[in-house]
Amino acid sequence: MIGECTFRVFRGDRSGGDLKEYKVPVETGMVVLDAIHWIQAHGAPDLACRWNCKAAKCGSCSAEVNGKPRLMCKTRLDDFPQGETITVRPIKAFPVIRDLVTDVKSNFAMARKIPAFTPKKDAEWKWFQEDIDRVQEFRKCIECFLCQNVCHVLREHGKHAEFAGPAFFVRVAALEMHPMDDLDRTKLLKDQFGLGYCNITKCCTEVCPEDIHITDNAIIPLKERVVDNHYDPVVMAWRWITGKKTV
Amino acid sequence: MDKYEQHDFDVIVVGAGGAGLRAAIEASAMGAKTAIVCKSLLGKAHTVMAEGGIAAALAHVDAQDSWQTHFKDTMKGGQFLNHWKMAMLHAQEAPDRVRELERWGAVFDRTPDGKILQRAFGGHTYKRLAHVGDRTGLELIRTLQDRGVHQGIDVFMECTVHRLLKDGDRVTGALAYWRETGRTVVFRAKAIVLATGGYGKCWKVTSNSWEYTGDGHALAYEAGAELIDMEFFQFHPTGMVWPPGVMGLLVTEGVRGEGGLLKNSNGERFMWKYLPEDKRKDFAETPEEAKRWLDATLAGTQTADRRPPELSTRDNVARAIYTEVKEGRGTPHGGAWLDISWLDPERVKKKLPSMYHQFKDLADVDITKQAMEVGPTAHYAMGGMRVDPDTGATTIPGLFGGGECTGGMNGANRLGGNSLSDLIVFGRRAGAGAAEFAKKVSEKPAVRDEDIEAGVKNLMAPFERQGEDPYTVHRALQEIMGKYVGIFRSEADLQEGLKQLQALKARIGSTHVDGSVMYNPGWHLARDLQNLIVTAEATCRGAILRKESRGAHSRTDFPKPHAQLGKVNMCATKTPDGMQVAPTPCPEMPEELRKLFEDKK
Repeated sequence: MIGECTFRVFRGDRSGGDLKEYKVPVETGMVVLDAIHWIQAHGAPDLACRWNCKAAKCGSCSAEVNGKPRLMCKTRLDDFPQGETITVRPIKAFPVIRDLVTDVKSNFAMARKIPAFTPKKDAEWKWFQEDIDRVQEFRKCIECFLCQNVCHVLREHGKHAEFAGPAFFVRVAALEMHPMDDLDRTKLLKDQFGLGYCNITKCCTEVCPEDIHITDNAIIPLKERVVDNHYDPVVMAWRWITGKKTV
Repeated sequence: MDKYEQHDFDVIVVGAGGAGLRAAIEASAMGAKTAIVCKSLLGKAHTVMAEGGIAAALAHVDAQDSWQTHFKDTMKGGQFLNHWKMAMLHAQEAPDRVRELERWGAVFDRTPDGKILQRAFGGHTYKRLAHVGDRTGLELIRTLQDRGVHQGIDVFMECTVHRLLKDGDRVTGALAYWRETGRTVVFRAKAIVLATGGYGKCWKVTSNSWEYTGDGHALAYEAGAELIDMEFFQFHPTGMVWPPGVMGLLVTEGVRGEGGLLKNSNGERFMWKYLPEDKRKDFAETPEEAKRWLDATLAGTQTADRRPPELSTRDNVARAIYTEVKEGRGTPHGGAWLDISWLDPERVKKKLPSMYHQFKDLADVDITKQAMEVGPTAHYAMGGMRVDPDTGATTIPGLFGGGECTGGMNGANRLGGNSLSDLIVFGRRAGAGAAEFAKKVSEKPAVRDEDIEAGVKNLMAPFERQGEDPYTVHRALQEIMGKYVGIFRSEADLQEGLKQLQALKARIGSTHVDGSVMYNPGWHLARDLQNLIVTAEATCRGAILRKESRGAHSRTDFPKPHAQLGKVNMCATKTPDGMQVAPTPCPEMPEELRKLFEDKK
């Protein structure tokens, strides 16, 4: 043990709650999730939090640690100045259920709206590593929803009904850029997913624990595709003249 | 029974990892009204943690590979206690299941000629593991999750099955509770598939998450099903040992597959000392030969050179590291060095990205420059429900199983990479088996009110009685299992362990929790402990009966395999006098398969 750390953890539910203080003994290399587990095992067994892998692979333990959206399993105590009190709250963009657990059902409803991978017919199932490097970057997404949490369109403006959010743009990008996929989801992005609301502040990219370049590699290329498919005057004219959907 | 929320389905799948999702997809595709009930959120199941790859004899990298060789490797790895038919079906069907994943959107790493790339792993004769860097499990679960969701499967997430419900001999439903509200749910189903994973939370140092509490094992056992091979629990040789918070966290076997060397504190590459005599000819004789094998592997060319000794089977590597540490040649924190820093840093980052980040973020170790400290960690249950290889049917009508909570596929020891393939091969079969069974059931499944009330009473009891905190009792269980039922076992230790486990039952039966029923982890653990103790006892009792060393089961008092014990599976069943464990004969392998092992000689 190398000392003690003071934690303030949100305890409460939909109707409200308070920060409650706990003193936790600190070991080398300890992370915030270890501290939460210690608190559960020493006097607060009903402290609610989600976790699974404890290795930044499942994306369950998202929380706001000293105001910053983090995975608790990856946030080390020695990253904070000695003696600093560490405050842990549930992620703000989702309604709290209890303590650190939030209601993330809306994410699963959104995932259902994205048309599934639809392979080209009669294509040869052969492609090269360089064709999929980008898609593999997107498929690293662990669905921690920290990007949704910091996106001001959702967090400040509450546009959940009109705006899918960065996590789902990453998902769509993985499908759209898959060398075998045959669908065009740009109309959905434009009309239902509110891609236009994103003004590229890159907050999502900054918090991604998987280092996915959400804005540069997913959102901006998707915006370009939407423009190419729906607003390019030459293409529009071509379609009007030929009656063909693609150039 | 209108006081509880109720649902009717043809097929209920408990668990949403690879096996559960694959089972639900199959059952639903066959027209069964299907639901998944799972403890965590969808997509967070333990499968996401699988790293190294899916074993399938696609023969993309080593053209000589075939299902026959995969079958032989699996049987040899399991020391011939496997159910031959499961090992055979697994080897035959894994390639189709992997190709199917690709058709459903999985994006595997590629060979230079544009096919699914395969890497080497311990115990596999050829390079066989299809993979996505070191996050293959995530790819698998995401692919199945998307497929399942778009197929219209109902998902009850953060909903925990507490009891199976029966009508006579037949399983007809399940009693569950919602974590969010604490409210009870009654499911009536024509067939139920258990796909709940393992029980690594019996040990303190484990790669397993909180979910791994032997739920399916215990539900099936309580319903009267048979559990086999429970004495075989795999300790993965390479878990992190430092810092304390991450002790046990998995370090993929892919590190060794990509060229990682194991060394002791004297810098000696010790695995050569521990190769079993009869396997020695399969491994490189000198570091130079091992290096040539690796160079060829990295270049994607063929070679007659043999593989490095680090790629011995997991049971063997785990014992080797344990022994090195015990004999005083361990690293500062009691492990072995695993070194991949001698390879091109860019390749290491490309092929092992999550290992790179895991060590950098959690241990301040840059694996492209420094060696990792690793040691054994409780990882995988070989034992579980006895199931029919073709359909996943247990010995109880209406009850099916798939994945880690079943036994038979892996025998005494599982080869790396055979788990993900097991999930999709037998998940599919169990889903189909359950859907077929459901079709033949004409009457509406009946559940008994008194069973429901008894289940609810048991579930709520920790709020009403006085006793210990469940966390304290869980720690006590892990201490007993770590001390007496670990990697190396002996008669005296196991008997003492069993005695202490028996005494622990009273403490488990009197745990007390406070607070609300809404999302209460302590309450949940009080429930999980009832399942953990079933698996702990079965493991201990099986280990006592197996007076030999075989695969993952090592007895210091019986260090050699025993011919007669090589022909039996230990089988645990519930009787009025408590748990009974007895040997049952292994299924006899047909002549044409047995010949496969003779031909080689």
